[in-house]
Amino acid sequence: MTELTGAQIMCEALLREGVEVIFGYPGGCIMPFYDALVGYEQLHHVLVRHEQAAGHAAEGYARVTGKVGVCVATSGPGATNLVTAISDAMMDSVPIVAITGQVTSALIGRDAFQETDVTGITQPITKHNYLVTDVRELPRVFKEAFHIARTGRPGPVLIDIAKDAQQLRTTPVWPESVNLPGYKPTRDGNRKQIREAIKLIGMANKPLLMIGRGVMLSEAFPEVRELAERTGIPVITTLHGIGAFPEDHPLSLGMSGMHGWVHNNKAIQECDLLFNIGGRFDDRVTGKTSTFAPHAKIIHVDIDPSEIGKNIRVDVPIVGDAKRILTILLEELPARDSGDWLLHIREMQAVHAAKQQYTRPETPQFMPHDVFAVMTKMINERGNYHICTDVGQHQMWAAQLIDWLEPHTHITSGGAGTMGFALPAAVGAQFGDPGSTVWAVAGDGGFQMNIQELATIMQEGLPIKIAIINNGYLGMVRQWQQLFHDKRYSATPMWSPDFVKVADAYGMPGMSISRAEDVADAIATAYATSGPMLLEFRVEQEANVFPMVAPGASISDMIMSDPQPVLA
Amino acid sequence: MKHTVVALMQDHPGVLNRVASMFRRRGYNIDSLAVGGSETPGISRMTLVVDGEDTIVEQVTKQLYRLIEVLKVSDVSDDPHIARELVLAKIYAPASKRQEVSSLAEAFGGKIADVGQDSLMVELTTSPDQIDNFIELVRPFGIREMVRTGRIAMVRGTPTHAGDAYVKVA
Repeated sequence: MTELTGAQIMCEALLREGVEVIFGYPGGCIMPFYDALVGYEQLHHVLVRHEQAAGHAAEGYARVTGKVGVCVATSGPGATNLVTAISDAMMDSVPIVAITGQVTSALIGRDAFQETDVTGITQPITKHNYLVTDVRELPRVFKEAFHIARTGRPGPVLIDIAKDAQQLRTTPVWPESVNLPGYKPTRDGNRKQIREAIKLIGMANKPLLMIGRGVMLSEAFPEVRELAERTGIPVITTLHGIGAFPEDHPLSLGMSGMHGWVHNNKAIQECDLLFNIGGRFDDRVTGKTSTFAPHAKIIHVDIDPSEIGKNIRVDVPIVGDAKRILTILLEELPARDSGDWLLHIREMQAVHAAKQQYTRPETPQFMPHDVFAVMTKMINERGNYHICTDVGQHQMWAAQLIDWLEPHTHITSGGAGTMGFALPAAVGAQFGDPGSTVWAVAGDGGFQMNIQELATIMQEGLPIKIAIINNGYLGMVRQWQQLFHDKRYSATPMWSPDFVKVADAYGMPGMSISRAEDVADAIATAYATSGPMLLEFRVEQEANVFPMVAPGASISDMIMSDPQPVLA
Repeated sequence: MKHTVVALMQDHPGVLNRVASMFRRRGYNIDSLAVGGSETPGISRMTLVVDGEDTIVEQVTKQLYRLIEVLKVSDVSDDPHIARELVLAKIYAPASKRQEVSSLAEAFGGKIADVGQDSLMVELTTSPDQIDNFIELVRPFGIREMVRTGRIAMVRGTPTHAGDAYVKVA
C-alpha cells in the first residue's frame, strides 16, 4: 500500500463513492485538495462563480439523478456562502456532500485568517457534519458522510477538513462497511400498521392519496400507480410530488395547498381518508392546521419518524421507505371502487374553466400564463426535459400550468424557498442528465441573485435554456402587498438590466418577448439553438397567482381572483 | 407534566452542542439536562427533564433520534425509577443559626461540606422533590449561592439503558 496525502485520499474516496462531477470554488485552505485534483481527471470539476451556486448545482445534480451531489469550498467566506444551499438541501431532503477546507488544526479556535466555525454554523442545517483534523480519519468519514447523505431521509452532510489533514500523508485504511450504531433508518414499515391502513382504505367512502417528495426519493412510481388504479383513489401531489404521478392520468388531481386547485383543497376538507405518502404536511399544504381535513382519518407514510404527528395528528403512522411499504401493502390490498367520489371531485373541478383560463384573468395584456400555456405544449411535445424553477410567482405558475408527466422533471426549491436556485440548479441538472433539455425558469429577481452563473454555463458549454419571467417586481411579495398590505409596494419594484445584452456580454444568444403570439417562436428558436439561450418574457407587471390561500388561513378559504382587479 | 428522558449517545466532540442546539431550534422547554459518563467507555448518558404534553416529549425523543450520534432515548417517567439530584447551597448562617441549618441539612440526609464565617455550605443528594422542599425550608435563612446538577435517573431492576449493546463504537 502506498502512502497518499489527505487530499489524494479525498479524491480516492470520491471515486469510490462513484462521484463523477464536483461543483466548487478554490481558496487557501482547500488548495491541497485542488492540487491533488489535477491528478484525478475522472473527477470533473465545475468552477462556479459563487459558492452558493456550487451548492445548488450539487442539489440540481442530486435531484435529477438521485445520486449524491458534491460541492467544494474553502474555509471562512467560501464555506459560509454554501450555507444557503445546504439549508435548501436540508429542507428538501436532497443528498449532497459539502466539502470545506478549514484552517490548519493548530490555528483552529484562534480566529485565524478565513477561519469560521463551519461545523457550528451548519449544525442545524445538516443531517450530520464532521470536522476532520486527522488525515487517518478521512476514509471513514467520507464513507459515513455519503452513506448518511443518501440513505434514510436523504440530506446534506458537511465535511470540514483542516488544511494539514489534507497535506499529511498516510496509508489509507478503507473501511468495508459503516459503523454507525445510532443510525439505523427503518425501511420496511410496521406490518400491523400496514394492515390497519388496508382496513381504512377498505372502509373509506371518500379516500384521497396525497403524494410528496418521499415518493420521488424512493422512486415508488409504479407502486403509487398500482395503488391508485386498483382502488380508484384520486391522487393529489404536493409541490415536490409533482411528476411522481402523471398529470394526464384520469386519477390525477394535480396540486393542492396555498396555490393548489380549489377542487383539491375542497376534496381534502371533505375526504374521510387522507393517505399521505412521503409528504410532510408543510404549512403551505395544510394552511391552518386546526381546520385541515377535519373529517379524515389520516395514514402517514414517512421514512423520518419525527415527521409523524409533527404538524398534523395521524391515525395510522407507517415509518419506512415508501416503495417498500407500498410493495407490502399491495400484496394484500383488495381492489375497490371510488368512482362516485372521483365524480364528485370532477364536478367541483368542472365549475371552473380549464386551468389555463381559470387562473388567468380576461385581459388583452401579455400574461405570464400565456408563456406557460405554450411552454407546456412545446416541452411535452419534445420530451426529455428538466425544468428548474426559482421561487415566487413564476414557480407557482409553472407548478400549476405545466402538465407534469414524468418524475424528476420538476426541480424547485420548495421548503427553503431559495431565490437564485434555478440557474445553478440547472447547471447541476444538465450534468446529471447531459442528453436532456434543461430549462432554468426564474423571475427577474431570482435570476439576478445568481446571474453570475451565466459564466459557468459558458465555460462548461452547457446548452441550458433560460426563461426569465420579467414583471419588473418581486412579484410574489408584491402580490401579498397588494392583497394584504393595502397595495403598499414596499421595496418590490425592481429595475433590471437589459437581459438580452447581459446574455450577449456572456456570449449567449438572447431574445426578449413582449407579445403572447411571439412565445412559440421564441421557444422554438431556443430549441433550435444548439447551445444555451436566454429568453426574457416581459409580462404584465401586476398579474397574480390564483387561486390562493392567505397565509395562516384555512384551505377552505381560497381567494379566487383580485378583490379589486388592477388589470384592465 | 414533567417527563424524565434518558438518552445514550456516542461521546464525540460536539454532541452536547448538537443536542442543545436542537432544543433551542425547536423551542422545547428543558427544565434540566445532566450529562456524564456511563458504564461503557465511549458512551455518554444524558438525563433530561422536559416540561410539556406527551406529544411534545414524543417529538423531543424523535428529534433526538435524528442526531446520528444518539443511540437510545426513552421517557422513563412511567417506569419505576430512581431520580437523584445534587445541590450545593451556601446558606447564610451566623453562629447563632448554624445549629438550626445543620439540623435541617441532616434531616434531609445532607451534610455540611464547608463552614464559612457566616455561612454553611450544604451538600445534599436526594430526589429532586426533596431538594425543592429543602430549598424552600432554608430560603428564609438566606441562600447566598446555589448550584443544582439537574436530575439523573435510572430505571429499577434489570438494566434497560446499558451502553454495551453499542459497545462496538467504544
